[in-house]
Amino acid sequence: MRLSRFVNMRLITHNMLTSHVKGVKNGYPLLITAKDVKEQEVDFNPDFVSKMITRIEWPALTKAMEMVGKTDLLPTEVPKDYETDNDFLKKAHHALMEIEIISGCLSCPETGREFPITNGIPNMLLNEDEV
Amino acid sequence: FAWLRHFKKSMEIPTPIYNHVSNYDVYEPAEDTFLLLDALEKEQDYLKALRPTIALEVGCGSGVVSAFLATILGDSTAYFCTDRNQSAASCCVETSAANHVTINPVLTDLSTSFLPRFEHSVDVLIFNPPYVVTPPHEVEVNGITASWAGGVDGRQVMNRFFKQVPNLLSNRGVLYLVVIRENKPDEIREIFNEMGFLCEVVMTRRSGPEFLMILKFVRK
Repeated sequence: MRLSRFVNMRLITHNMLTSHVKGVKNGYPLLITAKDVKEQEVDFNPDFVSKMITRIEWPALTKAMEMVGKTDLLPTEVPKDYETDNDFLKKAHHALMEIEIISGCLSCPETGREFPITNGIPNMLLNEDEV
Repeated sequence: FAWLRHFKKSMEIPTPIYNHVSNYDVYEPAEDTFLLLDALEKEQDYLKALRPTIALEVGCGSGVVSAFLATILGDSTAYFCTDRNQSAASCCVETSAANHVTINPVLTDLSTSFLPRFEHSVDVLIFNPPYVVTPPHEVEVNGITASWAGGVDGRQVMNRFFKQVPNLLSNRGVLYLVVIRENKPDEIREIFNEMGFLCEVVMTRRSGPEFLMILKFVRK
């Protein structure tokens, strides 16, 4: 029986977000300032992680881990045989799925525009004059 | 018998738990929502065979549609959703928890902050847009009106979304879209035809004055 619980922003989501403030050429990856971070165990699904790896920007994930204070947990590159490398898949699973940011902010790497994370939800909405 | 309207017609896969929704300032699941759930249930074999990696629901509101999709497809898919309404995103988190699934909400306009990362990456895309025909100025105001006010032909928000679809969908990706007859579905079909998509009507239902349709789009 799985427990029901409120999930906060995970690094899998951070990996997918880009700042689109007017005039920005490269709004990716967003910088993370985490005020409140927690780790929460999630069932390991190797098939899912393996599929997901092809959609992940790996350098952005390793950088995100550093920014939340989890250093040296990930290899710098995805191994060639990642699909069968269970140890690697578990590390990737942990980074993508089990680290949650409850509060803090994401900021645009070019303009520094801050996007708040409140109650575990990132707010990427822009004001009219920023679009 | 008004309560009958508030359930899916088909009950093979249970309606997600949503009794917490009234605590939030969010569009409550209604006939359009339930038709979409029934359509997804009808499509479940097709959806499972897709083995989707990424699902995205734009304008998720309470999050019951994504919760339902996650119940069908399980934890081999990552579920993301967007809304402009803070209350909707919070409600979505509670809906996920109540239904033992995980949906990742982001506050953004349509799919904007997921681009370009979701370029040709979304395997299942869902949009139940603000489709009600209203005066143009009622669109995109803040609050609950934004969840239904669609402006001219009920198409003002939809039309902006349509431009993002070719960027979002993966090669075998599928879009499910809720429309009413006033949205001119034939014209929508033609817009997608020109962008290289096939259109199919998955389900229709009359609900009071609304003739609701669930349209499905895939690449040719």
